[in-house]
Amino acid sequence: MKKLGLIVNPIAGMGGKVGLKGTDGAEILEKARELGAEPESPQRTAEALRQLLPLKNEMDIVTYPGEMGEDVVIQSGFDPHLIGTIHKGRTDGTDTKRACQDLRSYGVDLLLFAGGDGTARDIYTAIEDTVVVLGIPTGVKMHSAVFACNPVRAGELSALFLQNKIKRVREAEVMDIDEESVRRGILTAKLFGYLKIPYERRHIQGLKAGSLPDERVSQQAIAQDIIENMDSDCTFIIGPGTTTRTILERLGLNHTLLGVDLVQEKRLLGTDLSEKQLLEHIKDKKDVKIIVTPIGGQGYLFGRGNQQISAEIIRRVGKENIIVAATVEKMTSFSGRPLLIDTGDMSVNRMLSGYIKVVSGYRDRIVYKVAY
Amino acid sequence: MTEKDKKKYRLRKNFHQAKWDEPIIFELHNPGERGILVPEVESEVVEAVGDGISALPENMVRKQGPALPEVSQMRVLKHYLRLSQHCLGADFNIDIGQGTCTMKYSPKIHKMLAGSPKVTEIHPWQDDDTVQGALEIMYKLETFLREISGMSRFSLQPSSGSAAIFIMASMVHAFHTFHGEAEKRDEIITTIFSHPSDAAAAAVKGYKIITLYPDEDGLVSVDALKEAMSDRTAALFITNPEDTGIFNPHIAEFTRIVHEAGGLCGYDQANANGILGITRAKEAGFDLCFFNLHKTFSAPHGCGGPASGALGVTEDLIDFLPAPIVDYDGEKYYLNDDIPHTIGKTRGFYGVFPVILKAYAWITSLGGQGLKEAAQVAVLNNNYLLENIKKIRGAASPFSAGKHRIEQVRYTWEQLTQDTGVTTEDVTCRMADFGFHLWSSHHPFVVPQPFTIEPTESYSKDELDEYLEGLRKVVEEAYDDPERVKNAPYNSVVHKIDHSTLDDPEKWAITWRAYLKKHGKSKRD
Repeated sequence: MKKLGLIVNPIAGMGGKVGLKGTDGAEILEKARELGAEPESPQRTAEALRQLLPLKNEMDIVTYPGEMGEDVVIQSGFDPHLIGTIHKGRTDGTDTKRACQDLRSYGVDLLLFAGGDGTARDIYTAIEDTVVVLGIPTGVKMHSAVFACNPVRAGELSALFLQNKIKRVREAEVMDIDEESVRRGILTAKLFGYLKIPYERRHIQGLKAGSLPDERVSQQAIAQDIIENMDSDCTFIIGPGTTTRTILERLGLNHTLLGVDLVQEKRLLGTDLSEKQLLEHIKDKKDVKIIVTPIGGQGYLFGRGNQQISAEIIRRVGKENIIVAATVEKMTSFSGRPLLIDTGDMSVNRMLSGYIKVVSGYRDRIVYKVAY
Repeated sequence: MTEKDKKKYRLRKNFHQAKWDEPIIFELHNPGERGILVPEVESEVVEAVGDGISALPENMVRKQGPALPEVSQMRVLKHYLRLSQHCLGADFNIDIGQGTCTMKYSPKIHKMLAGSPKVTEIHPWQDDDTVQGALEIMYKLETFLREISGMSRFSLQPSSGSAAIFIMASMVHAFHTFHGEAEKRDEIITTIFSHPSDAAAAAVKGYKIITLYPDEDGLVSVDALKEAMSDRTAALFITNPEDTGIFNPHIAEFTRIVHEAGGLCGYDQANANGILGITRAKEAGFDLCFFNLHKTFSAPHGCGGPASGALGVTEDLIDFLPAPIVDYDGEKYYLNDDIPHTIGKTRGFYGVFPVILKAYAWITSLGGQGLKEAAQVAVLNNNYLLENIKKIRGAASPFSAGKHRIEQVRYTWEQLTQDTGVTTEDVTCRMADFGFHLWSSHHPFVVPQPFTIEPTESYSKDELDEYLEGLRKVVEEAYDDPERVKNAPYNSVVHKIDHSTLDDPEKWAITWRAYLKKHGKSKRD
């Protein structure tokens, strides 16, 4: 019998409709309620669970009491297995963290959660990538790539995964922006880490694509191309992401998945460097190149999750020395929207906008639009 | 509405495909059963030529006979006729959902011509003098294609569109080798909505590939091309109109920019259905182009028949063409191998003659004006569908809003999917319940939940209306009862297939032997 873990963040999304950019923090939640926000998360969770009804007798749903899962599971026609305790009407991020730890100990095959970036961050903080998860999008902020495109698809994907029809998983970014700053007009997005989600060939046609390489293989091909063209006199600033990580892996170097590393002659000069450290390292170097990959589900090239590579660094390196790496699948997921930049410096934003070559495979490039 | 204007079509609500539950041919094996009994060879023959086996090298003689199924003639006939009824073939259904490669109608008399003993009983090793008629047809077809494209010479040797692209890449390489630049010029540029083989076949030749993506208006901009250009550019291989049905109006500027940078331009006209007699490769500035005779010029393709990618070049590239080409010396037609810098032979013999013959017959039966009218009707049909599909809830035609398209449109069900969870694949399956084929294979999904409809000139307004009615019906169901659509098909041969094994190397099997091995079955148990 398969076990599906479920966590509902009952208040996710409440801040959005009333213009509050998010629902992080007790005061904001109170304010959202005063402004008339209604919980939407349970209803969207129900939409996802409906897709799982045909599997009712082949799986158990394990969840937390009350609004954190029990209510919506019963309402959707299932008989949940309950663990944990909550103070009804007063749950917060600590409950989410405790719930996913409990579900991991219980042993679930998939952890389905309803929430937004904040919920994803809580899950990552509590259990990192030890359990395969999938997000039902119900939050305000959606920079992370751990969510299905809509609740129905979340349910369908869960069903396919529980039936072993999808066997592969992929690493997807967990990102969050600091809501406080946004309310003050500053957007800072941080890349927190990666969660494992079921790997869906959403943008590659399934029937004929049975033998197409999966994302890991495409990333290896990209890394091989970049490594073959690495000039030994050149210093490489390597941004965060699974595609850029593959380059370091192939070079046999330690890496920081979330940080910015510096490489020359296929050796590490530094890892997880700050903007200041990067500037210090490159100040006397003649040849410097930046290798980056778009971060998150929205296609930001600079300014989200890799702010260490600042406007000043980009200006010093120059557009012609920026190597963008991304799989065809990733580029296709942007559905024709341009790659985005938000370096905080208009002149650098302008310099980068236009068209840029993206290394998309071995001896394979895409020319793609960049905008700010 | 007058009586005359009333619907002349109806949706086939009681359609059901034949379902024979037929075993696969290997399962029909019955030891000793035979289709024909081959007579013993007469002793005089054996005395003259030996037994036929001992002449072979020992290591080439099989120790055991091949494990072919042993089945009688009549059973084989039934087997394949039953399987043929499992197909929604182009001669059965309104097959316009196969956009980019919808088959137009190929008149059956052309098939009869190709099946005539005058065609089937000739052999490519016969002396030129004895096949003057066949050579004349090839030569004359070439003159037609020159007129249609503006190119100077054609090779009919490529046996598919992708083969033609590979030969274009080979000729580009030969051209740059001749000018001492082949090593430096190692990149070929194409676009994401061009024929995917433009990238694939050029990569097989060893070129690096740069793919241009369109802007929000669906067109690749001149600036995007400029970003890709360098002294490493060997060529641009492009389709126009692209798979979206949008004609790039900057094409002459594209070819000018590539030429200025020292590159060549290859026009992928695999599907030239909307532009015959309207616009030509030469005037757009191309150096090479090819037509799929098995698409634009009616000869059936894919599972419906073999292929031919007729490849044309300008004066500057004639010396690099694959050899031989058919020439005429004023008295007789002959195969000319004397091409100074030829890239050589690219396949056995000369070309796929039955396809060449069908294309020749199609062109001569229509005439010049007829070809142009075929293109015009194809475009008219397409825009009739566009106007009607745009009105279907949940469907949209991304890019180029409010403008007409050429021969096809890549639509999206994105809204339908968001509203109902019903995807392109679900719609495809449900359409089969009404006897329609709708193809969904347009990877990568740059257009989300894509479907491409291409009517060609062959289908009548009634048939287009019937197809539209099918789409409307399925969408109506998707909004009322999405599960009905998601569980389709109901009236087809096979209902739901578990695709997951296609992703599982332990399970997939492309041969009977692999199937037996991977699924733990012994031979013929």
